[in-house]
Amino acid sequence: MARQFGRRKFLIYGSATFGTSILLKACASNPTPQAGESASPTTAASPAAAGSGNTIKVGILHSLSGTMAISEKSVVDAEQLAIAEINQAGGVLGKQIEAVVEDGASDWPTFAEKATKLIDQDKVATIFGCWTSASRKAVLPVFEQKNHMLWYPVQYEGQECSKNIFYTGAAPNQQIEPSVDWLLENKGKEFFLVGSDYVFPRTANTIIKAQLEAKGAKVVGEDYLPLGSTEVTPIIAKIKQALPNGGVIYNTLNGDSNVAFFKQLQGAGMGPDKYPSMSVSIAEEEVKAIGPEYLKGHYAAWNYFQTVDTPANKKFVEAFKAKYGSDRVTNDPMEAAYIMVYIWKQAVEKAATADDMEKVRAAAVGQTFDAPQGQVSLAANHHLSKVVRIGEVRDDGLFEIVSSTDKAVAPVPWNQYVAETKGFACDWSDPAKGGKYKTT
Amino acid sequence: MLTGLVDGILGGIGIGSVLLLAALGLAIVFGLMGVINMAHGELMMLGAYTTFVVQNVFKSLGGDWLETYILFALPLAFLVAALMGLILERGVVRYLYGRPLETLLATWGVSLILQQFVRSVNWVLVIGLALFCLFFFGGMWLLSRRADWQRLRGWAIALLLPLSLGISAVTGNILSQTYKLVVTKPWFGAQNVDVTAPKWLRSGFSLGSFQVSSVRLFIVALTIFCVVGIYLFLQRSPWGLRIRAVTQNRSMSACLGIPTQKVDALTFALGSGLAGVAGCALSLLGSVGPNTGQNYIVDTFMVVVVGGVGKLVGSIVAAMAIGTLTYLIGSDAFRPLLTAVPPLADFFTFFSSTSMAKVMVFALIVVFLQVRPAGLFPQKGRTVDA
Repeated sequence: MARQFGRRKFLIYGSATFGTSILLKACASNPTPQAGESASPTTAASPAAAGSGNTIKVGILHSLSGTMAISEKSVVDAEQLAIAEINQAGGVLGKQIEAVVEDGASDWPTFAEKATKLIDQDKVATIFGCWTSASRKAVLPVFEQKNHMLWYPVQYEGQECSKNIFYTGAAPNQQIEPSVDWLLENKGKEFFLVGSDYVFPRTANTIIKAQLEAKGAKVVGEDYLPLGSTEVTPIIAKIKQALPNGGVIYNTLNGDSNVAFFKQLQGAGMGPDKYPSMSVSIAEEEVKAIGPEYLKGHYAAWNYFQTVDTPANKKFVEAFKAKYGSDRVTNDPMEAAYIMVYIWKQAVEKAATADDMEKVRAAAVGQTFDAPQGQVSLAANHHLSKVVRIGEVRDDGLFEIVSSTDKAVAPVPWNQYVAETKGFACDWSDPAKGGKYKTT
Repeated sequence: MLTGLVDGILGGIGIGSVLLLAALGLAIVFGLMGVINMAHGELMMLGAYTTFVVQNVFKSLGGDWLETYILFALPLAFLVAALMGLILERGVVRYLYGRPLETLLATWGVSLILQQFVRSVNWVLVIGLALFCLFFFGGMWLLSRRADWQRLRGWAIALLLPLSLGISAVTGNILSQTYKLVVTKPWFGAQNVDVTAPKWLRSGFSLGSFQVSSVRLFIVALTIFCVVGIYLFLQRSPWGLRIRAVTQNRSMSACLGIPTQKVDALTFALGSGLAGVAGCALSLLGSVGPNTGQNYIVDTFMVVVVGGVGKLVGSIVAAMAIGTLTYLIGSDAFRPLLTAVPPLADFFTFFSSTSMAKVMVFALIVVFLQVRPAGLFPQKGRTVDA
């Protein structure tokens, strides 16, 4: 039987299609050839690029697939919301913002690759992106080499201060340290540290241990779970051994392990009355996914909760629900992502250009914004001053705010409890100081 | 001393039964059929999502119904996963019998597709898929009744494929333009979803000085039920007899008039269905999200390999052994016994963190497989080489 569509024909048609598509792509992606050729990678991006035409291109680089899609998708939603709002209000410098969304696919080399693509090929004016510290560390060399700009919206472990990154999530002194202080004051002096086994929980726990030692409290145990693991029985047994009469659990678990941990903690009869826990990776979205029944009465430390009572927050929550559905919730990284787009816009307007990185960077420092969490301002170390809050999980899955600082806390990226970075600071407004200088 | 022993056994059985429940389906698909099904975890995930849907339906019914949803979710999860397994076997796996590498890659691909499917499934996608299947497969079926079908086949595909793709794409576009968020909103989304155990499973009760969690007890009971059920099915029912016959000698069974293709499909569906049940039960302990299945796939293969491919009893013993070992090392149970020998005590303390315990368990498994490469209960006889 002779098949009509043989291998040879397939090869011919296939290569013809392939060739045509490459040709089309080549034509489409190079409408302004002079811009592509003249831009050398070491100089600041050429003015002809992002600002040309009636739009300003910005990059959005998050994981839309893979493990981290769970968290990063809603951050993309928040960024898109801010961009849509800005565009509706007339755009930046009279131009509309055009977002180029790329998928980092929860894979760190892919992040670096896509960042290069956004900068070189799409010629974006800035990039909003990343969630995990691993992805940020992967793209950092790209941004430094190309002298470009990344806005990073997630609380992180600190110990970094790059000229090319603006950190709008909390530094440790804006989340972890105040929450430990609050626990010491209100809940007890014996701590059990539980975390996922990767860089953030380990660094965070190093800080917590140094802090507790300085304050005369005790860490009775410490345990790490592989990312994604859901077998928490041994950890629960250990907590029970170490704290037979109750005590504080400091939880830096990430992702799926949280669900297993809290479901089984309740099954083991260890409720928040005897074993209160403080989490730094559980926000409104995660509470919804774990189930408020399991988390009620436990605590979390963030800068923003959906229940924050400010006019700006009311507006933000309403706009978000109108755009994405009334069952959606807002959380801290989403708020940080939302405000960083606005701060970038203010910086561009002050600098009167979107393409000159040096000018935009200089203009960004000192910008203030009336954010949903309260007024924030961008410090010279490229971090945001933020209000610190502690929330307790309610029946409806939102947080009852039990403690809140009066005003925004200034960011300290280099940790002052850890011996290696004690006495260091960061200041990008002064060329003599830079990313890491000794204060004393 | 005695309390430590009882505690270790209880904890071990708790972890072991979870492992066993997750591995049972694989023990059938991989153990009996020899198919390396990388999508096993995703079938568990489908079971977990079925539980989520059933829970929401019962929630809307209100009243005391919510307390019983899990009893309805279990059989439904079995059915959904079994159906998916059937489609998988008929659509992919049956073309790849005897080619383990291709099966591995193909099922791995299916697992990725299923993961992304639950992330992005919405009405538009479902309607588009349904339309595509209707036009493409319906058209093929209609045409295949013509006498000159063999000659037409290539052209039919070339014509029907873009046509049905176009129709479904256009319909999807129109739908999303007219109804907006209502149809384009994902059903589940990339976020994990919340499955809450009924109240009677959420607490625990004390047994002397031990706290036993009722979910664990429920899973132990369910595991026993499943094991007994499979045993009876394989040993006492006519289809079980056929399955055993085909796994022992395929060509001879075919000669004797056993419909081997049907047996293959049934075995695969059975294994998949068990994965669904496992997913339903494990949603009470852990998270339900697109990645749920990935967390279990390595553990399940480990159980089947250590137990010996082709033997259910091997999987049972292996699951319990691995569970107990994980618990004892992970909870640092050896330390009180070894205080007399400080270096040894330090050694076990070092490995007592949960992630290090896993390293140790894997190292022990590697050593064990060096001694007994075929597992705890190797299959004997001439069929082994076949």
